[in-house]
Amino acid sequence: MALSQRLLDSPLLRRNDALRSFIIASWLGWQIESNWADPFLFAVYSFVRPIAGVLILVVMYAVITDSAFRQPVFPYIYLGNALYILVSMVITGVSWAIIDDREHYRVAKNLYTSPLNGYTYLFGRGVARVLVGTVSVLITIGFGMLFFHLPIRLTAVNWPLLVVSSVLGLSAIAGLGLIMGAWTMTMARHFWSVGEAVAGSMYLFSGAIFPLDTLPASIRWIGLLLPVTYWLEAARRALLGADAAGFQTLAFLSNWQLIAVLAGFCAVLLISSAYFYRWALHASKERGLIDMESGY
Amino acid sequence: MLNQPRIQKATGLRLFWATMWARAYPRIVGALRERSWMFFETFLPVLAVAGYVFLYRAIQAPAEYTGFAVLGGAMTAFWLNVLWSMASQLYWDKDQGNLELYVLSPGPLMAVLLGMAVGGLVMTATRASVIIVLCSWLFHVQYQIADPLLLAVIFVVTMAALYGMGMLFASVFLVAGREAWHLSNLLQEPIYLASGFYFPVKALGMWAATFASVIPLTLGLDAMRQLMFSGDPTLGFLSPRVELAVLAVLAVIFISVAYAALTKLEQVGRRQGRLIERRR
Repeated sequence: MALSQRLLDSPLLRRNDALRSFIIASWLGWQIESNWADPFLFAVYSFVRPIAGVLILVVMYAVITDSAFRQPVFPYIYLGNALYILVSMVITGVSWAIIDDREHYRVAKNLYTSPLNGYTYLFGRGVARVLVGTVSVLITIGFGMLFFHLPIRLTAVNWPLLVVSSVLGLSAIAGLGLIMGAWTMTMARHFWSVGEAVAGSMYLFSGAIFPLDTLPASIRWIGLLLPVTYWLEAARRALLGADAAGFQTLAFLSNWQLIAVLAGFCAVLLISSAYFYRWALHASKERGLIDMESGY
Repeated sequence: MLNQPRIQKATGLRLFWATMWARAYPRIVGALRERSWMFFETFLPVLAVAGYVFLYRAIQAPAEYTGFAVLGGAMTAFWLNVLWSMASQLYWDKDQGNLELYVLSPGPLMAVLLGMAVGGLVMTATRASVIIVLCSWLFHVQYQIADPLLLAVIFVVTMAALYGMGMLFASVFLVAGREAWHLSNLLQEPIYLASGFYFPVKALGMWAATFASVIPLTLGLDAMRQLMFSGDPTLGFLSPRVELAVLAVLAVIFISVAYAALTKLEQVGRRQGRLIERRR
């Protein structure tokens, strides 16, 4: 708290509502995500779910291929699932922040009558989920390197590609998450399911756990409209290098082209999310939904 | 006023029966009144099933594995219902102020729990059926049902054991307080893995499958797969009849322990004044 207080007292943050809202929301989000249990239980919680999730795929793969973990498709599946944890966290995280504030803690009134910047506040709540998700991703990938000999060599990783594609990709996904969160503000029913439905759809259409070529041609194009598809491809290439399995659908794109596509998605989604948020905030106030407690 | 006939009060078994249906009613009717729920409740599991089906196709698995994933995906609806609408329900009722009404009413709490189970089972069976029909149509799943009667009995006994476990969890989660939410979250993927929702549980090895058998869906799913996809009999963990016997024992144990746990919880909660305490 001392550190965060010092940070909040800094001249830059004192003058900037947006930045202050972002920092406070990130800190608040981290507390909500992590302080419900002691650190040991929280650590167990952070790795049990993702490890179990990836082990389901590992067992499915092992049963069919007789544990052929050295085939290039295995790291493709494993990494796709591990990295998708972040996507899921960001997409559902912002919606859940709205639901938590409005329905669970019942503080929406207090929040929206305070001088906060709502857009950066929600962004901050999403960042807190990214932090938790990053821990899970690192644990899951480390687990795979240790027990399934994923061919990732830290010295051979294309770090610039990984960092740039992740910043752009996750920002684009955060933009999408903010749109989902803003949409949640305008809903009186089914708000629980919005983020999960979108995250679930993208899990299927982005080819997170199977090559896009496996999807029927009539729906394969949906994957090409999603930023997740390109981020997963770039991250796999960066982490696996020459061992990355190349599949027809995206193999024709160079690394630079992937970055360019992600930059385009990032710009479009962040800008449109800001406009969409403004509209959704107004609409939820108009309809009396901003502090609704439905108990639904 | 004084001339009005006395209202016949329900007592004993009649009270239990009436309370159970009173609690089941909103779940059964609610599912029909709010049909839009059906979209999300079936759409999300269908997405998950589709993901696993395409994974199996990508690694060229035999056709019956598509059926295994579809059946497992449909059964997740029951597990999620047990976690979120049974185990966490009393905690949510406490949070919303309903629990104190249950406790103050003359109806027994066990009947309330049983009503939750019956209502949840009806509601979820509808959703699971839609998932099976939809996925079977989408992915061309072929069924070869060997013994329909045994299959039906196994399904019913699995549900009795599963919802008995849910009734037990409801008491446990009520004590867990705000951690109930995280407990429910924590019991999703690990249970999908341990119970073999998307692959034959035998693949986990004998010891792991034996430990996982404490979760009724492990043996229930294994038996149902053997009876619905009469392909390779070596894929089953135990024979369906043995699994049925174990499930019947589990059902009796879970329901009895749930009754004892609920009685104890009520006593302790009343004594400590924490039964209707709300914390966020």
